[in-house]
Amino acid sequence: MTKKPKICRESIAMPKQKLQKRIHNFEEVALGYTEEQAVAEAKRCLQCPQPKCMEGCPVGIDIPTFVKLVSERDFEKAIQVVKERNSLPAICGRVCPQEQQCQKGCVMGKAGDPVSIGRLERFVADHEMTLGVKNPRKAQSGVRKIAVIGAGPAGLTAAAELAKLGHKVTIFEALHKPGGVLVYGIPEFRLPKRIVQAEADYIQKLGVTIRTNSLIGRIKTIPQLLKEDFDAVFIGTGAGLPRFLELPGENLGGIYSANEFLIRVNLMKSYNFPEYDTPIKVGEKVVVFGAGNVAMDSARSALRLGAKEVHIVYRRSKAEMPARLEEIENAEEEGVVFDLLTNPIRFIGGEGGWVTQMECLKMELGEPDETGRRRPIPIEGSEFIVDVHTVIIAIGRTPNPIIQLTTEGLETTRKGTIVVNELTGETSLDGVYGGGDIVTGEATVISAMGAGKKAAQSIHEYVTKKTRVSG
Amino acid sequence: MYQIMKIETLAPKTKLIRIHSPEIAAVAKAGQFVILRVDERGERIPLTLVDWDQEKGTITLIFQEVGVSTEKLGSMLANEILYDVVGPLGNPSDIKFYGIVVVIGGGVGTAPCLPISKALKNAGNKVISIIGARNEKLLILEREMNQICDEVFISTNDGSKGQKGFVTDVLTMLIKKGYSVDVVYAIGPPVMMRAVVQVTRKHKIKTIVSLNPIMVDGMGMCGACRVSIGGHSKFACVDGPEFDGHQVDFDELINRQRSFISEEKLSLEHWKCAHEKTGGKQ
Repeated sequence: MTKKPKICRESIAMPKQKLQKRIHNFEEVALGYTEEQAVAEAKRCLQCPQPKCMEGCPVGIDIPTFVKLVSERDFEKAIQVVKERNSLPAICGRVCPQEQQCQKGCVMGKAGDPVSIGRLERFVADHEMTLGVKNPRKAQSGVRKIAVIGAGPAGLTAAAELAKLGHKVTIFEALHKPGGVLVYGIPEFRLPKRIVQAEADYIQKLGVTIRTNSLIGRIKTIPQLLKEDFDAVFIGTGAGLPRFLELPGENLGGIYSANEFLIRVNLMKSYNFPEYDTPIKVGEKVVVFGAGNVAMDSARSALRLGAKEVHIVYRRSKAEMPARLEEIENAEEEGVVFDLLTNPIRFIGGEGGWVTQMECLKMELGEPDETGRRRPIPIEGSEFIVDVHTVIIAIGRTPNPIIQLTTEGLETTRKGTIVVNELTGETSLDGVYGGGDIVTGEATVISAMGAGKKAAQSIHEYVTKKTRVSG
Repeated sequence: MYQIMKIETLAPKTKLIRIHSPEIAAVAKAGQFVILRVDERGERIPLTLVDWDQEKGTITLIFQEVGVSTEKLGSMLANEILYDVVGPLGNPSDIKFYGIVVVIGGGVGTAPCLPISKALKNAGNKVISIIGARNEKLLILEREMNQICDEVFISTNDGSKGQKGFVTDVLTMLIKKGYSVDVVYAIGPPVMMRAVVQVTRKHKIKTIVSLNPIMVDGMGMCGACRVSIGGHSKFACVDGPEFDGHQVDFDELINRQRSFISEEKLSLEHWKCAHEKTGGKQ
């Protein structure tokens, strides 16, 4: 008889880069588990007969099996199990909101910490990368030709799935690098770009062609793609257009959208300026508006670029902040100041049209609004003016309009998102599918991947049927 | 990909570059631009299309060497390969029959005037152009504009060629002479465009300007290129680059263009230093 293993309520902590060091560099903050730590964490899994974790995973990874394999030190098999359902595990292990998904239902969470599924996923993916990713079995190609628009999480996933099903896939990416928000949005210290490149390389090894610098809608339209070369099209163009506050003085110098700030820092690597040519300018006191992950990323980037004081200004309270708890904690730890229940009303410029001050109002919380969060209400007479040198506006993004404007008959919502059948990803046009932020508005990497996966299955069925009909 | 077919000097610090890019050449329209990168560490440089040849699969751009990115571009040689070229970006010019159109190009801004004049001419307009520069040496595309336009006027600040003064002096003269101008196109430095709209506003002449604010992605993502048009923010990359000149807040545009002026100096010095050390290419 084997002895019943002792239940360990607390999860193994993830080693992090030292605080004093990390706020001065762009290297990854979370360092990842060692083999021993991963095995110990995996052993905490109770292997429930009816695992709740899988229900929470948008791409349906067989979590108990891969975790068990980790506990048995069979890391090679473990990553294979993950990759059966997820083509970008090193990315998901880092940026998925696991606490709201797989780890939310974990039985261990009832009496202690849930099993750190995300950290284990990252561990097996990184472990495979250090050994060298095996070339995947290449499915026979040339069955049907599919165009995927956008090399972000939705597009990369759809492409990988379709390639695995034997189709010849071409991804058209408008920027000069694949990855979408993974390269232009999420900072190096949270998701190293070599990881994104490695995952994109893996997808190319599956037989997918990635064509960068190709803006569909301008170079070719979707109807042209369908007419000339492709049997089906997947649109995964994301939520790229930044929202602004629409306040007086918003176009003063020193006021960036979070998108501009992060594109400069991440995609153009301006933290290495002047070794890299694209500049970034950060003053002593930086204010970031918004409280989502993008706001946290912006605030933490500003600190690393040398800002002395970085404030997150948010009109609601801490409880309503949409960012992941982990990201809020990281920002707090690093010294970001949270000015809650505060809303800007105008920006004031100085010499050369550069922002020098802003005027704000204090807020209080009223009744819940349509989002279920308590509505912030301005407190009369609470206006105040503070100095500020750099402003970053991180209040959300809306869909990029280029595809919608250049594709006749493509049904869209008032907000500019593309209308699809939720179950299949079909749009109003025959043979055209969509998924990710372009459909849902700004959401998570993993939900975009889930949508890409689902649409890939529908596209496969569609083109297979088409083959049969047309003989 | 993106091979340089030709690079030549048109005027001091002003160069023409012809790039192999059949896909862009096949669909380009007057008024649109491309973004290119010279090397892996390079900035994304927006440049308006000057010419394109569908048969040869080439596009032509003209640029001024003003900072590290354009200096780097200017140091490239024929047959070398550019790192990235994407386009065509932005909305094409609204080309139709207006009647008499005056196309005004200032400095390197004359370059995008060439395809627009051509298209306007093909649409049946009478096209009169005014091209201006600081002096005769800096004047570009005079011959090409002469081939296309019904009339070409020249102004130089120092009077070394054509009328001494500014393009606006010529424009005012034309209006005084009784030319019934239906539309003015003005492309050049913001101060020039601002001066032109001050003249045309008085005479209630519709004026189209092509704006060149700082851009990063150039496809509607960063918002760096936002400009105030009639009090509303618009993105030059996806809403423009052409706008009703009478609605543009040029002072704001000028301020925003200067956002990174000290950084631009620094990076140019940094590059020149490294460039000299390696005796040429980095």
